[in-house]
Amino acid sequence: MWSFFHRLASPKHFYPFATRLIPWLGWSTLILFIVGLYLGLFVAPTDYQQGESYRIIYIHVPAAWMSMFVYMVMAISGGIGLVWKMKMADIVASSAAPLGAAFTILALATGSLWGKPMWGTWWIWDARLTSELILLFLYLGFIALQSAIEDRRTAANACAVLALVGVVNIPIIHYSVEWWNTLHQGATVTRFDKPAMATSMLIPLLTMFLAFKLYFGMTLLMRARVEILERERDASWMKDMIMESDK
Amino acid sequence: MSEFFNMGGYALYVWSSYGLALVILLANIILPMRRRKQQIAMIKRRLRRTL
Repeated sequence: MWSFFHRLASPKHFYPFATRLIPWLGWSTLILFIVGLYLGLFVAPTDYQQGESYRIIYIHVPAAWMSMFVYMVMAISGGIGLVWKMKMADIVASSAAPLGAAFTILALATGSLWGKPMWGTWWIWDARLTSELILLFLYLGFIALQSAIEDRRTAANACAVLALVGVVNIPIIHYSVEWWNTLHQGATVTRFDKPAMATSMLIPLLTMFLAFKLYFGMTLLMRARVEILERERDASWMKDMIMESDK
Repeated sequence: MSEFFNMGGYALYVWSSYGLALVILLANIILPMRRRKQQIAMIKRRLRRTL
């Protein structure tokens, strides 16, 4: 088991592993999205307060959860790269950053599209919205810092430090709806007592969440593969592999 | 069916959200696929030059 993880730490073994896993993740993501969309758009009942507009939840909440989850993946793998000088950990961290930024943009934009009809405004400087916007800036900062530093090792270290410092924002986002009076509604799913949501609405939400999660797994591997191609283009195993695929 | 697309009067907001999600999720599949093809083509060109 451990030797398997050890092998994955080297790009040479990670690349074919990713290639084998991507189609499986792709098909399961597709199936989960079809089921989740069917349940969320056709089966889940209309909300008694928000009418049909609440269906934005099936995009908004998974995207917002993923924006925080991907940040943790990025910070932890960045930290591993920082401490153990692991090439693969740096590759995972830098592949996660643009995906995290994409989920954050999606969460903010769908939040806006939901806020307009329900709150009467596209944007408000409320604690939840502001801390999520800071999350977007952290992702963009990570990406900008990486492209600003020429040397890969230095860039990875600097980005990892930035990512680790930024982790402080994650609990702020999560608890913002409790610590401050916000326009944003409180947690409905991640509570200690049972979720304040009907099962018929909760199941599509969890299905969509799983779909988003597998989608992230797939696109993370896809991006990691491109990063490996860019970084290892002079390695002999890479040349062998490319020649092999030509036959 | 038109009732479904109307989304109780919230069509603009609901379908914009789903449309945006589709665009962002598809873009993040297509972009790395294109970059991968370009990289492989470039490595091949370099290999041919050295042979």
